Amino acid sequence: MSARGGRGRLTPYLVGLPGGLWLGIFFVVPILVMLSLSLQSGNAEEGYRFTWAWSNYADAWDFYHVQFVRSIVFGLIVTVLCLVLAYPMAYWIAFYGGRHKSTYLFLILLPFFVSFVIRTASWKFILNDEGFVLGPLKEAGLLPGDFHILATSTAVIGGLTYNYLPFMVLPLYVALERIDPSLVEAAYDLFAIRSQAFRRVVFPLSLPGVFAGVLITFVPVTSDFVNSGILGGTQTTMIGNIIQTEYLTNNQYPLASAMSFMLMAALIIGIFAYARALGTEQVMEVSQA
Amino acid sequence: MTTLASREAPPEVAPAPAVGRRRRWTRLFLPAYTWLMILYFSLPILVMILFGFNDTKGRLNLRWQGFTLNWYRDLFSIPALSTALRNSLLIAVISTIITTVMGTMVGLALGRYRFRGKGAYDLVIFSAISAPELVLGASLLSLFVTVSFVRGFVTIVIAHVVFSLAFVAVTVRARVLGLDPALEEAAQDLGADPWTTFRKITLPLLAPGIVAGGLLAFALSIDDYVVTSFVNGQVETFPIWVYGATRIGVPPQVNVMGTLIFLFGVGIAVSNALLARRQRG
Repeated sequence: MSARGGRGRLTPYLVGLPGGLWLGIFFVVPILVMLSLSLQSGNAEEGYRFTWAWSNYADAWDFYHVQFVRSIVFGLIVTVLCLVLAYPMAYWIAFYGGRHKSTYLFLILLPFFVSFVIRTASWKFILNDEGFVLGPLKEAGLLPGDFHILATSTAVIGGLTYNYLPFMVLPLYVALERIDPSLVEAAYDLFAIRSQAFRRVVFPLSLPGVFAGVLITFVPVTSDFVNSGILGGTQTTMIGNIIQTEYLTNNQYPLASAMSFMLMAALIIGIFAYARALGTEQVMEVSQA
Repeated sequence: MTTLASREAPPEVAPAPAVGRRRRWTRLFLPAYTWLMILYFSLPILVMILFGFNDTKGRLNLRWQGFTLNWYRDLFSIPALSTALRNSLLIAVISTIITTVMGTMVGLALGRYRFRGKGAYDLVIFSAISAPELVLGASLLSLFVTVSFVRGFVTIVIAHVVFSLAFVAVTVRARVLGLDPALEEAAQDLGADPWTTFRKITLPLLAPGIVAGGLLAFALSIDDYVVTSFVNGQVETFPIWVYGATRIGVPPQVNVMGTLIFLFGVGIAVSNALLARRQRG
């Protein structure tokens, strides 16, 4: 028994070790390496040296603040659009979906069974200047010949909204589904009209879902570069595209690392500010859910 | 998904002012809106499937030109695309195996034991799930260029294990936390040693969580573009190839492959749901 006790104390370490090592070496260490790289100077031919080169951050902002701000603006617009579009759907499925709730959710998750890149490419195909939607409209003279949707911010915001909408529906649904219907009934018994019952009972109780939905939409949307890469043009470049190009095409590793860190810092600060504004209880509730 | 639907819909709420108007909202507007949105969700999928049957001439697949099954017959006629698909499948299988084994162990360690450093471990898992893919890819690339590690097949597998490991660990941990300790105690009371108990009792009880985690890891791996694009070197995966093709026009073979993967995924999901329903009786 004593032997087992001794081994028992070691067991969690042994069982958790391979995964821990993997995440340590290939997740934690890389982030530290990236931090160090963002403060190095030099060039691709002669190599880089650590010199506390804060100028990389200043350069990153000077060169690319337009794309940086644009990414955050796109992130905010898409998050709000997703929230507005997803809420009525999640509400109806949660309260009136009846026996078919899972079926509705399955249909909403259907896009996830198609590769992210193919889904976006499919939108490029649908919105193509001479495609099966715009082409006939142009031939019929209903649209001017040079009308286009691709390469505009509308296309990029549309693509992002499409791709991230299911991420918003799910947490909203889970929060709304948990609401006890008798609370809503009680509101009606107390002579609340429909809008009051919604505003004072349903919506406040769904706030944890709103919080979770906003987080899992805003963070990936802001750092996305697939939608602007496929659907956008030179006027819709987002910070992710810049980071990818600086890393892979220009080999400007210090500058690219500095930009990745700025993006990460902006997202973390944004999340904390948002958590503060909404109240910490909401955050706790979400992280427990 | 079955647990989500476990609660029945509330009964139509007691009479209140403006009942008629309320009914119109919940019986007409909201359902119509929901179905419209579902149509919107499936539009690119329907287009993808339909244009896999399009009798298009050349590479540009823009307008409907008649029905054909040619693209199903010539599915593998673009060598680079076929190689990319094979790479994707191989990488998905290898990374899923590594991820499922390690993720299950992590899930067990975190769900079952209290140990020094558990808080930090939890934090790393949480960060790995919530970090933007861009940051995962960029930081891994930073590591690989710093230590001059050649990028290719191996680095893609490493990266895929990183982003799916935490998901598997969390899925298995949830299952571990829901385990009834009495079952394992009973096995030990009946004279089973710890290893036998684990193999005969714990593992079968955890199986649904492990399978769900494994499927998730496979799906994440085969679909990934963002992280892969940073660490792939010269190796092309299916999403990488398709992304490159969007600039010059996606050939119909991609539609066909997308359709087949879609049907395969939906098939697994539906049969899984039906199986779960039958088990509940």
